[in-house]
Amino acid sequence: MTDIQAPGSPGTEVPRSENEFTVKQRSQTQLILRRFLRHRAAMISLAVFLLILLWAFIGPHLWHYSYQKYTPDNSQAPSAKHPFGTNSSGYDSYAQVMRGTQTSLKIAILTALGSTLLGAVWGAIAGFYRGIVDAVMMRITDLVLTLPLFAIALVISSRTGGDWYWIAIVIAGLTWAYVSRVVRSTVLSLREKEFVEAARALGASDVRIIFRHLLPNSLGPIIVNATVLVATGILTETALSFLGFGVQPPDTSLGLLVSQAQTAVTTRPWLFYIPGAFIIAIALTINFIGDGLRDAFDPRQQRVRQ
Amino acid sequence: MLAYTVRRLLVSIPVLIASTFVVFLVVVNAGDPVANFAVSRQPAPSKAAVAAFARHIHADQPVAERYWNWITGVLHGDFGPSVQPNLDIGHDLFTRFRVTVTLVAAAMIIALLLAVLFGVFSAIRQYSVADYVITFFGFLFLAMPVFWFAVLLKQAGIWYNQQTGSQFLGTIGEKSPYLEVDTTWNQFTDHVGHLVLPTITLALVSFASWTRYTRASMLEVLGSDYVRLARAKGLRRGRVMTRHALRTALIPLTTVVALDIGIILGGAVVTETIFQWHGMGEMLVQAVTTIDVYRTMAWLLLSAVIVIGLNLIADLLYAVLDPRIRYD
Repeated sequence: MTDIQAPGSPGTEVPRSENEFTVKQRSQTQLILRRFLRHRAAMISLAVFLLILLWAFIGPHLWHYSYQKYTPDNSQAPSAKHPFGTNSSGYDSYAQVMRGTQTSLKIAILTALGSTLLGAVWGAIAGFYRGIVDAVMMRITDLVLTLPLFAIALVISSRTGGDWYWIAIVIAGLTWAYVSRVVRSTVLSLREKEFVEAARALGASDVRIIFRHLLPNSLGPIIVNATVLVATGILTETALSFLGFGVQPPDTSLGLLVSQAQTAVTTRPWLFYIPGAFIIAIALTINFIGDGLRDAFDPRQQRVRQ
Repeated sequence: MLAYTVRRLLVSIPVLIASTFVVFLVVVNAGDPVANFAVSRQPAPSKAAVAAFARHIHADQPVAERYWNWITGVLHGDFGPSVQPNLDIGHDLFTRFRVTVTLVAAAMIIALLLAVLFGVFSAIRQYSVADYVITFFGFLFLAMPVFWFAVLLKQAGIWYNQQTGSQFLGTIGEKSPYLEVDTTWNQFTDHVGHLVLPTITLALVSFASWTRYTRASMLEVLGSDYVRLARAKGLRRGRVMTRHALRTALIPLTTVVALDIGIILGGAVVTETIFQWHGMGEMLVQAVTTIDVYRTMAWLLLSAVIVIGLNLIADLLYAVLDPRIRYD
């Protein structure tokens, strides 16, 4: 590397000076993605979560027992034939946990999507228009925030029955207010930025500014909140199902499976520990992913000098 | 300060009214107690009996009127009629509140003390082994469903009692029956014994989230310029930690604790159900299953008052902890 060739001559390497001093240009998205990809706990969690997701949604099509079909084996410990054992009625626990995971995940994901969508649009509109619109919309938000999530979900779920999407709608209907507060505060500062002014000068409509400029730029807090909501969704749904107000038999959820196994903790432990472990695994990986995303979007929290 | 407190209390009243009205609409529409009465009784009640029942629980009145009658009744100590005969909702509510308040208060205090302790330690020794262990358990407890852990602890309690032959850890109910003949000391230990496992259950989730919060808050403060200045001008580390850093770091925690009371009350419902306490949790579950509008409303009203009250206390504590904040 001693002889430095003139730039542009054929067959040369990139000049050393350029190699050392030029910074590769990266977009904001690339930077965030890089930071996220380097977050080891988040990446492992993402892999585990995606595996559970695939297993829960594709697995039931491949597995030879159905979650609602009796097998001749009652109360069997885990074996090659029944990897998660069977319960006292002879249901294959592997198929049931698979189905339960699927139902719980469906509810959690729909909760997060519904709540995020409503909360983000609500918060963006309130923050964008300010004034009376903001005041009225935020008073409604404050009102929803005073409603105790679990108790109200219990009351409404007793009426709507065990359909999975109803449970998701109820939980989303009680959690969107958090999202809308976060998005509103982000939008309040974004709307004063130059790019919004530029968009308006170019004749963009309010709807276009909100959906093409403000919301995409608030994506960081929105995504972080959405992951947290998946964890809230799954923990609330399983608790509701555990008390008998969520998913109803013959369908099943992870909370219902734990509830049915609570008298069998010592006699048939596999029925109790396995669905519990799945709830923990899902909530844990989601929290780690959320943490990784938060660090990626907001890298300000650095190591403290001692 | 006093003027501020009074003003805040006055502002709370319309919030409480609006909130309870929305809740009332939800609860009234969440089930039909009259239809339930007509089909669930054996033999089937006559039309006149059903009409009398509807009149008794005010189901024949328009919603707005029902709400008005209910809320004015509450001010006079009348919580409205239950669908169950001979059940005084007000008496029921306060008996059960006494049971639950011990559990909730014990869980909150333990969770808060441990959270500050572990959170601060974790922040001071950032990226040490202890920090990683605390962080790991924090994440684990955050992901752990209350009901699953409660069932597990209950089994562990039963196992412990069998192994040691002691009766100390209670796993069923908030106290043993036939206590009245016992000495005060025995009653006290019996109460404590029944309190241990549910308190651990309920404290765990809050402990985890508050530890995470304290750690983050403490780290932010430790990175700030004035803490560095305090160290640079020669103050001892311990003094900087307690007087400068901790005091500032704890301020936002008061709001988080106050806001979390709703989650804790929800957790108490689950915990009490599993340990079979006759507290507010059982009351809510019973009220919802029997479609008891006024009993459900009594529960929700008390929880709303607790939430609003605690938020007020948190705001007032702000002024005590943070000299920059003055309420006039």
